[in-house]
Amino acid sequence: MSVSASKSKQSGTPDTFLQGIKDCIPTLIGYMSIGVAAGVVGAASNLNILEIGLLAALVYAGAAQFIICALIAAGSPFFVIVFTTFIVNLRHFLLSMTIAAPFKKYSLLKNIGIGTLVTDETFGVAVNKIVRGETINDKWMNGLNVTAYLCWIISCLIGGIFGKWIADPEVFGLDFALTAMFLALLVLQLETIKKNKLTLYLSLILYVVITMFILCMFVPSYVAIIISTVIVATIGVLKDK
Amino acid sequence: MSVNLSIFLIIAGCAIVTLIPRILPFIMVRSIDLPEVVTKWLSFIPICIFTALIIDSLIVEGGSVPAIDWRVLLAIMPTLLIALWTKSLSITVIIGIISMASIRFFL
Repeated sequence: MSVSASKSKQSGTPDTFLQGIKDCIPTLIGYMSIGVAAGVVGAASNLNILEIGLLAALVYAGAAQFIICALIAAGSPFFVIVFTTFIVNLRHFLLSMTIAAPFKKYSLLKNIGIGTLVTDETFGVAVNKIVRGETINDKWMNGLNVTAYLCWIISCLIGGIFGKWIADPEVFGLDFALTAMFLALLVLQLETIKKNKLTLYLSLILYVVITMFILCMFVPSYVAIIISTVIVATIGVLKDK
Repeated sequence: MSVNLSIFLIIAGCAIVTLIPRILPFIMVRSIDLPEVVTKWLSFIPICIFTALIIDSLIVEGGSVPAIDWRVLLAIMPTLLIALWTKSLSITVIIGIISMASIRFFL
């Protein structure tokens, strides 16, 4: 989200853990607002504070946490929740793919540690640094990742504690935080594509809208999400020749 | 307070399937290259899934034909404009929450 936030910074800033923490600061408000909302939704889905903390620490993915809470509240089966989470979080594969190369030289364990904490936001900050031709190292990346991770867990816990006193988070519009985040992420995705591909992407968005409405007549919406994504991504490959 | 076993299993399962796509590229990039067609297919996933999830929040299930939650549709409009204008996740989220809260409060 804050790809442009650190553009004003001079190149050649030290690649320290501390600099990683500093470069994370612009993203923290995003983590806090979504994290608190995720905690509130968790509490509204009858998760206790321990479960909300575990979810934040082990899954560590905003969109997925909202969906997991919604599916738990709806009494969805284990397999459906796990598979939906897998599909929702599959995008991390792309994010990791894009930023993995500069870390090749470090140990496997270090790579796994960095990969474990990749998010949309830390990816954004890291890829911005790479694009500007700055060197990127393990200490800086860990500073960035760990700051975001701790902020996320704390925010979810705060939301979880407040959630106890909020009977209906919908009144405050907090349930819309997820949709708003997806709208912003969609816009940020469209930002990164080449101009001549814009028509293709806009047509794919239209296909998803159409297939979602059609599929929702026959299957639950969380199944429709998976099927329409798989179908339209395949259309994307076929049309993008 | 304790953790419900079935909830714990769900969280653990979700943690594992979330971890794999995150760390796999960091392991793979050391040895193999993905086929181009797979990389291309994956490149369309984010836009498709974000759109699908937005539509999901817009659809009211229950009837024989899915209906539109017009409050969500109404909140999407200012939120989308702010997203296009600011390109900021945090500002978009805050404006989105305010928009939705206002719509529910006034309408």
